Amino acid sequence: MLKVLKSGFFTTIQDLGRLGHRSIGVPISGAMDHSAVKKANLMLENNAGDAVLEITMTGPTLQFELSTFICLSGALMSPTLNNKPIDNYKVIPVKKGDILSYGRLEAGFRNYLAIKDGFQTPKMLGSASQYFPVTARKCIKDGLEIEYKGTESFEPILTELKTEEQFALESMNVYKGPEYGILSDSQLKKLFSQPFTVSKENNRMAYQLSEKIEGHSHSMLTSGTLPGTIQITPAGKLIILMKDGQTTGGYPRILQMSEASICNLAQKKFGDILSFKLIN
Amino acid sequence: MKKYPITIKPFGERAILVEWPNQVEESILQDILGFTTAFEELGISGWELVPAYNSVTMIYNLATLDFDQIKQTVLDCYSKRNEVESQKERFLWKLPVCYDKEFGIDIEETAQKLELSVEQLIQEHTSFEYTVFGIGFLPGFMYLGGLPKTLELPRRDEPRLHVAKGSVGLAGKQTGIYPQDSPGGWNIIGNCPVSIFDASKEEPCFVSVGDKISFQAISRAEYDLHKIEGEVGIYKVEKIDLNA
Repeated sequence: MLKVLKSGFFTTIQDLGRLGHRSIGVPISGAMDHSAVKKANLMLENNAGDAVLEITMTGPTLQFELSTFICLSGALMSPTLNNKPIDNYKVIPVKKGDILSYGRLEAGFRNYLAIKDGFQTPKMLGSASQYFPVTARKCIKDGLEIEYKGTESFEPILTELKTEEQFALESMNVYKGPEYGILSDSQLKKLFSQPFTVSKENNRMAYQLSEKIEGHSHSMLTSGTLPGTIQITPAGKLIILMKDGQTTGGYPRILQMSEASICNLAQKKFGDILSFKLIN
Repeated sequence: MKKYPITIKPFGERAILVEWPNQVEESILQDILGFTTAFEELGISGWELVPAYNSVTMIYNLATLDFDQIKQTVLDCYSKRNEVESQKERFLWKLPVCYDKEFGIDIEETAQKLELSVEQLIQEHTSFEYTVFGIGFLPGFMYLGGLPKTLELPRRDEPRLHVAKGSVGLAGKQTGIYPQDSPGGWNIIGNCPVSIFDASKEEPCFVSVGDKISFQAISRAEYDLHKIEGEVGIYKVEKIDLNA
C-alpha cells in the first residue's frame, strides 16, 4: 500500500482514460498530460495505460509500505525522497517506509507518479481514472491507502531519460473546429494575433481564458465535444474543454487543439500565456 | 425512408463530425441512428459514436485519421445501408415521478407562472412521450424533445448551487432529469426514484439516444418503495419495444 499522509491540492488516480462510454455522457477522463505519463510508464517497463497519480500544483506526502520502483514525470515540483531531492524521468528504487514529498512548484502544473506495474485500484467502466460519480471519489484523501504490487528487483533498460520540457511553450497548435466558419475577420484576427491568459477557472473539465473576443449570436443544436475543443460563448468567452469535459455542448466549436498541444496546455496554470497557431 | 444531404467535417486528429439538416426532427434522428447502426455493423473496432439531434460525432480511439478515406467510408455506408435491416432497437421507458412539494420544490410557483393548477401541470407533464435527442452534459443526462408549449417556461433567474439527484425539471423547450446532484437552473417539479446512470451496473445507462420517455405520477409511498427496490436491484422500469 501507498499511504497518503497528506493529499496535496488535488491528487487523482489516472490512466489513459475511459473509452467507449461517451454516448451515455461519460467523459473520457484520464491523465491531462498523456505524453508525461507514457514516458514514465515506459521507463518502468509498464503498460502505457498503467494507473499513475496525477499531482496538481501542490504535491502530497506519501509513504511506501512495500519496496518498489517509481518514476516521476511532468511538472517540476521539487520532489524529495526521505528529504533528499530526486529528479523526474529517472527510475528510482524505494524501500518500505520511504517518504515521498513535494516542495515548490518550479515549472508546469501537473506531476505524475508512476509505480512499477501501476497502481492496482479497481477499474470502473474499463478505467481506473477518478471521476465522480463513475468512481466513488473524485480525488485522493488524507489517510487513504492505494494498492500496488511490491517489487524487490528490477533492472531497467533505461535508467534516465533526457527530455526537453516545453513548459514555456506558448504556441498551441489548433485545427479548424466544426463551427470555424462563423468567425468574422476581426474575430479571426484577434484569435491568431493576440496572446491569451489562463483564467482562474481552469481544472480537469475545462480551461477558461481571461481575454474575450467579440461575441456571436450563432445558435446551434447540442452536438459532440472532445478534449481540446475550443468553444466560444455568446459573450465571446473562450472555453477549452479538457479530459473531464462534457461529451456534448451547445456552444460553437471554433477550434480543436492537437493532441500534443492538449498535453502542453495541461501544464499551464492561472496567469500563464498562450497563443493559437492554425495548422492543417 | 428519405435520405438527407449530409456533410462531413474533420474534427481534430481523431474525429469527424457528420451533420444532417439543422432541425429538431424525429425523422432526422431516426436516419442518424439507422446510419450509426449500419456503421457499427461494419465491425471496425476503435470507434465511438456520439449522436445528438442533427449530428453524430465519430471518434477513432486508435490512431490519427485519414480524413478523405474515412469520409468515403462514411458516405458509402450512408448511401448503401440496408434501411430495413439496420434498424436500431428503440424503447419507450415509463419513468415514475413523485410530484410532491417536498421534491417538486418549484411546482407551485411553476404552475402559477404557467397559469395551470398543480394537478393540471402534472396531468400535462405525464401525457406526452418525449424523445431522447441526445445524452451528454453529465453521465446519463437526457436531452428530451417534445415538450408541449403549455409547459414552456424560462430557467430560474438564479441557478441553484445544489439540485438533488433525480430532480425532474422544466427549462425552455426542455424537460429532463438530473442524473446526479449538481448545480442547476431548471424549475424543479418532482423527483424520479430510478437511477438513470449507475456506473456499477453492466449497462450503466439503460436509455439510448432515440428512445422515448414518459412520466408516471406516483405517491410518496410508491416513491420510497421504488427507491428501495432500486437500491437492492429488483426494480424494473416498465418498457415498451417501439419497433415491435
